[in-house]
Amino acid sequence: MNEAALKLDAGVADAWSMPLAEIDVSDPARFRDNTFWPFFERLRKEDPVHWCANGMFGPYWSVTKYKDIMQVETSHQIFSSDTDLGGITIEDGNGGNGLPMFIAMDPPKHDEQRKAVSPVVSPENLAKLEGTIRSRVGEILDGLPVGETFNWVERVSIELTTQMLATLFDFPWEDRRLLTRWSDVATATPGSGIIDSYEQKRAEVMECGTYFTRLWNQRVNAEPGNDLISMMAHSDAMRQMSPEEFLGNLLLLIVGGNDTTRNSITGGLLALNENPEQYRKLRENPALITSMVPEIIRWQTPLAHMRRTAKIDTVLGGKTIRAGDKVVMWYVSGNRDEEAIERPDDFIIDRARPRQHLSFGFGIHRCVGNRLGELQLKIVWEEILKRWPDKPIEVMAEPKRVYSCFVKGYESMPVRIPA
Amino acid sequence: MSLIIFIEHDGTRHEVDIAEGHSLMEGAVANMVPGIDADCGGACACATCHVHVEPAWLERLPAQSEMEASLLEFAPDPTAGSRLACQIRVSPCLNGMTVHLPAAQH
Repeated sequence: MNEAALKLDAGVADAWSMPLAEIDVSDPARFRDNTFWPFFERLRKEDPVHWCANGMFGPYWSVTKYKDIMQVETSHQIFSSDTDLGGITIEDGNGGNGLPMFIAMDPPKHDEQRKAVSPVVSPENLAKLEGTIRSRVGEILDGLPVGETFNWVERVSIELTTQMLATLFDFPWEDRRLLTRWSDVATATPGSGIIDSYEQKRAEVMECGTYFTRLWNQRVNAEPGNDLISMMAHSDAMRQMSPEEFLGNLLLLIVGGNDTTRNSITGGLLALNENPEQYRKLRENPALITSMVPEIIRWQTPLAHMRRTAKIDTVLGGKTIRAGDKVVMWYVSGNRDEEAIERPDDFIIDRARPRQHLSFGFGIHRCVGNRLGELQLKIVWEEILKRWPDKPIEVMAEPKRVYSCFVKGYESMPVRIPA
Repeated sequence: MSLIIFIEHDGTRHEVDIAEGHSLMEGAVANMVPGIDADCGGACACATCHVHVEPAWLERLPAQSEMEASLLEFAPDPTAGSRLACQIRVSPCLNGMTVHLPAAQH
């Protein structure tokens, strides 16, 4: 038995033997080791809305079932996203940044700022972007080595999402890997290998702010353009933002456009390798890409959770939640809830209702870039199947997973394109 | 049963009989009317069943909830006749109603 399987077995034993009250599903080590699954399975069965008094990130409620998550999502008057109350991640202040951003605001301010940004991913803009994405995906794939093992995360997933982000910001091309770095830093917990301390995190986030302030100053004095910075600089709602809000919203767009798509590009290839019959079905019928893309996004769940803070006492799943309590919606668990999704642990590329999943969230904070993410994944798979129609790309070893209970993703994954 | 007419953005017309009490969204999905995504399954949580209701029929519809109004603000090209199809229950007084589908639900 390999090391990963042994760890999972130990995780299963722990999950079902430990007293319920001691279960803390937020431990980032279990996400790194991929051993967190049985803990959620037990909570869904025995205690779907679960109080943890001594969590690594403080006391909190875990919401683990699809219907309860949906109730929190659609009750934004009760469950606040406001940074000042704690924000949207289990770690207070949005991962220790403490910055305001529209995902971490309540109406009416949320609505104004979201509306300022959303035109960049309008259907018209996406149609314009499709050709650019396709040619960049093509160049990246054509540059891959055949017959030798390489890191898919580095060569494909990171490169593609970073290029896309640089395009959306009209960011200086030669500096684009800074975007990758800032995205990683913004969500990193000290000790994960990315940063060593919160001081370092703040310092790097400030560098990001300085860089973007320069771009902002250039664009605000120029004619309005179609990139995100220009849109923000020329929008009534966002022009008056404080420097902290500007930086917070930037980080939101960088992380939102980066980590999530990156890890779905990697996760999709992993899922197809773990389910070779699905990979065969896909090669025989590439039209299945349409339903496979949302299935990948469900199966991967690139953001494991979102957090809210109760503004008033309320009841959820029979439990009394007090004003001020931290409430974590575990999308990664709701997406495996058999009461909402048939055969939820299976990866099925031709599901009947594949778009019914929680990965984008629901309600007023539903992912603003969801169709752009889907478009990128669709093009990646169309171009892969064009180039290697009868040779599956092989995953050569277990991927290395990220030490985080928020970003559910991969640091590296060795793969080989058969010669 | 009430007859509801869905007109796609390209002009394609779909006439669908929907049983009383069912939502417009459920009727459209069950009858394969394209362009109604309904990702959230009718929870008023995603705005992917956006339709434009003809003015003559608007006043016969129940008022929008605060949630429906918020979600419609984020839908592309909202108009005075914008509604979410999952929030409209079919009743005899809607027999013959025409709704238009937007170019896209995103």
